[in-house]
Amino acid sequence: MNFDFSDDAKALGEQARKLFADKAGTTAARAAMAPGAPAFDAALWAEVANLGWTAARVPEAHGGLGLTAEESCMLAEAAGAHLAVVPLVSVLLATEALLLAGTEAQQAKWLPGIADGSVIAVPAWNEPGAVNPGVLAVSASGNALSGVKSPVPDLPGAHLAIVAAAGPDGPSLWLVDLAGANVETVETLDLVRRHGRLTLSNTAAEPLGDASHYQQWLDRAAVILAWEAIGTASSAMNMTVEYAKTRVAFGQTIGRYQGVKHKCADMFIKIELARAHALHGVAMIGSDGPELRQAAAAARVASIDAATYCGEEAVQLHGGIGFTWESDCQFYYRRARAISASLSGRVWWADRLVRALELRNRAAA
Amino acid sequence: MDFNDTAAEAEYRATTRAWLEENAAEYRDPPTVPWKLDEFIRHSKAWQAKKFAAGYTGITWPKAVGGQGLGPMQSIIYGQEESRFHAPSGLYSIGLGMCIPTVFTHGYPEVAARYVPKALVGEEVWCQLFSEPAAGSDLAGIRTKAVKDGDEWVIDGQKVWTSFAHASDYGIVVCRTDPSKPKHKGLTMFIVDMKSPGVEVRGIKQMSGGSDFNEVFFTGVRVPDAWRLGAEGEGWKVALTTLMHERLAVGGKPRHAPGYATLIKLARGVESPNGGPAIEAGDVRQRIAASYINDEGIKLTQMRALSALSKGQMPGPEQSISKVVVAKTMQEMAAFALDLAGGDGFVTEGNDPELAKLQGSYLGAAGLRIAGGTDEILRNIIAERVLGLPGDMRPDKDLPFNAAA
Repeated sequence: MNFDFSDDAKALGEQARKLFADKAGTTAARAAMAPGAPAFDAALWAEVANLGWTAARVPEAHGGLGLTAEESCMLAEAAGAHLAVVPLVSVLLATEALLLAGTEAQQAKWLPGIADGSVIAVPAWNEPGAVNPGVLAVSASGNALSGVKSPVPDLPGAHLAIVAAAGPDGPSLWLVDLAGANVETVETLDLVRRHGRLTLSNTAAEPLGDASHYQQWLDRAAVILAWEAIGTASSAMNMTVEYAKTRVAFGQTIGRYQGVKHKCADMFIKIELARAHALHGVAMIGSDGPELRQAAAAARVASIDAATYCGEEAVQLHGGIGFTWESDCQFYYRRARAISASLSGRVWWADRLVRALELRNRAAA
Repeated sequence: MDFNDTAAEAEYRATTRAWLEENAAEYRDPPTVPWKLDEFIRHSKAWQAKKFAAGYTGITWPKAVGGQGLGPMQSIIYGQEESRFHAPSGLYSIGLGMCIPTVFTHGYPEVAARYVPKALVGEEVWCQLFSEPAAGSDLAGIRTKAVKDGDEWVIDGQKVWTSFAHASDYGIVVCRTDPSKPKHKGLTMFIVDMKSPGVEVRGIKQMSGGSDFNEVFFTGVRVPDAWRLGAEGEGWKVALTTLMHERLAVGGKPRHAPGYATLIKLARGVESPNGGPAIEAGDVRQRIAASYINDEGIKLTQMRALSALSKGQMPGPEQSISKVVVAKTMQEMAAFALDLAGGDGFVTEGNDPELAKLQGSYLGAAGLRIAGGTDEILRNIIAERVLGLPGDMRPDKDLPFNAAA
């Protein structure tokens, strides 16, 4: 039994947590909120690229390190924990799409730039009115796409979009070069991570695999996003636990009260359940296992639940101070909404989970 | 990452499986008519003796006390393989899981030498006498007293929730030996002969209708000082080592508890009140997903612990979430399943076995949420030991026991 990250992946995660603890975190997040702040922290992004994190998952033939999805998940958890104002998670998700579905030529064209950090590639799934990743309005005509993708995380400043668009066999992915594309900033509940609107009007695009690749990519993306959410939820929990150890009310620290400590315990329970499923997910990516679909959906649902609960109860347990603009609680409260909106919310993923379980039950019967 | 055994584990599993195929064949299915107590004891003793002869008892215990001197993985593998059968090992789970390790860790060597072998071969059954009517979650509130009289101690008081007391030969009992000390300091643990004069065992009927536990009354029961486990006044520390074993023993999901597959099957077979099969209803699917996340999440969390054990490491703090999630999830899943079945889920006469099992799970879950640490105590433990939050206010903690309210 070896149900754990490799030592190499853990070491990379440790390195990432250290750098982000130093150069990201809530102070940097607050700076990113200021009017006129850049879309992301360019200096930190250069450091991330120099350390080889964008190259981690890229095959050696394309200028990368050829590491596994475990490394991507550890990086996503660290970025999520420190609200890092860099498009790292988006790039990891886009990399996964190119690895899964890209032709040799597409990989050769884009992966080296992703590896060295010069190309910021972002998935563009969301569109106005979309709640179901299987039903999209953006569509293709020949090798051109039309419609609106929004809100797209990390779109402002990106060079390549991996666009999900409707097709005859269901949606599939397309590559859209963002040079000269119609990109605007969209304001969202998340004041730290920039989101954008991509308006496609018969815009040139290249198919990236087929509908089945899209479905596989959804699974992999859900697992990586789950680790980001686990990072964010853990930070909300840690911040709250530290506060409960120092804040005094009725003559004792509030962490002594069961009304407070039991909520902290529930944060831990939800995070660990999410972690178990997300670990199952990354194990299934590694072994190309048949349980990937159910593991990914469970990881997605459990991690949304954990991030939502921890974000909400962090404000609650901080009391009035937690509700102020100056408190860091709002970052986690708001980020939980960003995580949920990034790839359809828990209702759709819970349904996908049950569908996967039904199929497995039928296969086993 | 993988879920595979190491080569050594695989070999142990194969040997174990082959032995069980050969020796546990009669327990492949549950008995068609449930055993009466004497039949259960007879089967249990015969099965334990067989296991002992083959080296499947005391797997993790040191060889010096008659164990096999193997690691936790071998013990877990044996448990996994045995659970594919319906072999009767429950009679010994508390005695060998908790009592006897306490006896050979804290008892006099000559006492251990007398009692450990007979317990291991299954000849003598042991029970654990800790809880009392006024000492449940607050276990250190024990009132049963032991008073020294020469080379003996005289025990008076009442214990409760004692499994298999009626079938036991011996027990380990925590008593208050010095009420002038604070509650955790004045306790001492002893071995007690359950057949000695002054011991009275009465069955407890549970709200579920079953009777798995007893209350035990002690009136002037005498035990020799040689049966003391640990020093006088050290009973609380000794009890903690015993309870460490209990948490490992009761963390898993009960065998009869429903799984998500049960919910899917049931939801496919019944109509939604709004028309169509229930499995197509959105809220039903959300509930099934939530059940899977808790139920399977604990299984996967236990895999994480097994991975650590397999590598010779200690499991991480995530293990502490198991029991609190398992018990509540069992209750929620059973209630939801019975709800899906409508009136049929409520009627108890002439029911199909699947529904009867769900009804049993629902009633039993209420007890599981209390046994071996209530939901509330387990949340305290997570908050205090894992997250480092301060302990609850305990106004009686440092007062002499007989001066506290």
